Amino acid sequence: MTTGPYPTTWRRPPQILKDLRWRIAIQIGIVIYLVLAIGSVEVNWARVYAGLERGQRFVMGFLQPDFTSRWRDISQGLIESLTMTLTSTVVGVAISIPIGIGAARNLAPRWIYYICRSIIAVSRALQEVIIAIFFVAMFGFGPFAGFLTLSFATIGFIAKLLADDIEEIDEAQAEAVRATGASWGQLVNYAVQPQVMPRLIGLSLYRLDINFRESAVIGIVGAGGIGATLNTAIDRYEYDSAGAILLIIIAVVMVAEYSSSYLRKFLQ
Amino acid sequence: MTEITHYSQVWSYRTSRGRLALWGGWLALVALFVWCWQIMTRDTIWFFVADAPTQAADIGSRMVPPRWSYLPELMQPLWDTINIATLGTIGGVIMAVPVAFLAARNTTPSALILRPIALFIIVASRSINSLIWALLLVAIIGPGLLAGIVAIALRSIGFIGKLLYEAIEETDATQIEAIEATGASGAQVLSYGIVPQIMPAFWGITVFRWDINIRESTILGLVGAGGIGLKLQASLNTLAWSQVTVILLLILATVVLSEWVSARMRHAII
Repeated sequence: MTTGPYPTTWRRPPQILKDLRWRIAIQIGIVIYLVLAIGSVEVNWARVYAGLERGQRFVMGFLQPDFTSRWRDISQGLIESLTMTLTSTVVGVAISIPIGIGAARNLAPRWIYYICRSIIAVSRALQEVIIAIFFVAMFGFGPFAGFLTLSFATIGFIAKLLADDIEEIDEAQAEAVRATGASWGQLVNYAVQPQVMPRLIGLSLYRLDINFRESAVIGIVGAGGIGATLNTAIDRYEYDSAGAILLIIIAVVMVAEYSSSYLRKFLQ
Repeated sequence: MTEITHYSQVWSYRTSRGRLALWGGWLALVALFVWCWQIMTRDTIWFFVADAPTQAADIGSRMVPPRWSYLPELMQPLWDTINIATLGTIGGVIMAVPVAFLAARNTTPSALILRPIALFIIVASRSINSLIWALLLVAIIGPGLLAGIVAIALRSIGFIGKLLYEAIEETDATQIEAIEATGASGAQVLSYGIVPQIMPAFWGITVFRWDINIRESTILGLVGAGGIGLKLQASLNTLAWSQVTVILLLILATVVLSEWVSARMRHAII
């Protein structure tokens, strides 16, 4: 018996695209796209070069931040951001609990399920900044518009994850509570709530964190908070104040992230 | 033998101390909320708030019917937006991969110096939203697509870096040991032991970030960083609400489409 020739060298097998033709086609496609895309980007190199000096000043401002000269504006913006974050998270979570229960297939009738799921879809599809533009146009400048924006965005986030969580609960426990003759309200309170509560608290803390980050952004379109202060600082070319604001944002986000992960561990 | 002499006749969900702590916690939360609410609304002009339904009705009536003839003008900015997201993602990936290897506990060359630096880069990039990056970059390198691309790339470093370094830390140590046992050098261990293990995660993360970047790049134009956001800003400034409707619908369609593409691709990879 003879064996045919076999390869004497080993080649790494392809991991994702097994077919050679597909690999070549996709590689050619990527190259064509890159040529077209990079070709359509117009860069004014003279402007970039002129801006490098400013970039250097910004980096210097970041390294030597100036907290003092605009401290009044910064602290005002920070207080607005923090209060906006807390109130909007509380209100957003409070509204998303009934919506989340309504959007769980195993607890709500069909028509309520569809209504709640579409509320969630609308809230998730729209970006915070775009919602903020509309709320600023309706409610005027300031943190109140920001509060409404963040509450609205919180609903989509919390209600969706809560509903998915409720749909995945252990049915045996619900069955046991139902077998005692519990009403719907008692079922939610004694069978569903204990199972989803730790996760709901975790999600709320996580959303608190996200809302603070977003509050720094929506200020750019006029919804108050530290973003507005940052925008002003950059418009005035005060890069040392802008550096200080950015460092404060980074510090608050880090503190929020660590304390929320600590709290979540403690609660579970 | 001990006998249970006293027990409660009525079952209760928590002990009395637990109930008290719970009430205390809720009370503190409500008090904090009220206090924050008062500080926040100190400067609110309630007249504007009361006026909001009229304003909303006014804007709503101006938004319909959408001005569909504006749509062809939006195709070029849409292409720009997709380019910002894609090229930005590529740039972000190129910068994030070394950062991820420096940040992972099992591949970092020095846990004392380089790892904290890499972790700080990741946190700094993650804390600052791409719109803020764009705001800075427009001030530094001027308005245009490049500012948007760089903003997206800088924001992506943190996201990709964090998820990738967690994937690197979760790699199977036995496979790496097997490669090491053949006498492979450090670079060969990386290439044959670690890279094949993180490849599916890497592509999944990249496609996921691309999807997020499409979403974010649609609004970068608000601060002058190119794309469809520029048209949105122009329409908002001229109060052309019927054009705003068209732009928003187009953004919505793009986002839904990119989400679908990314879900399909991730499904195919993983």
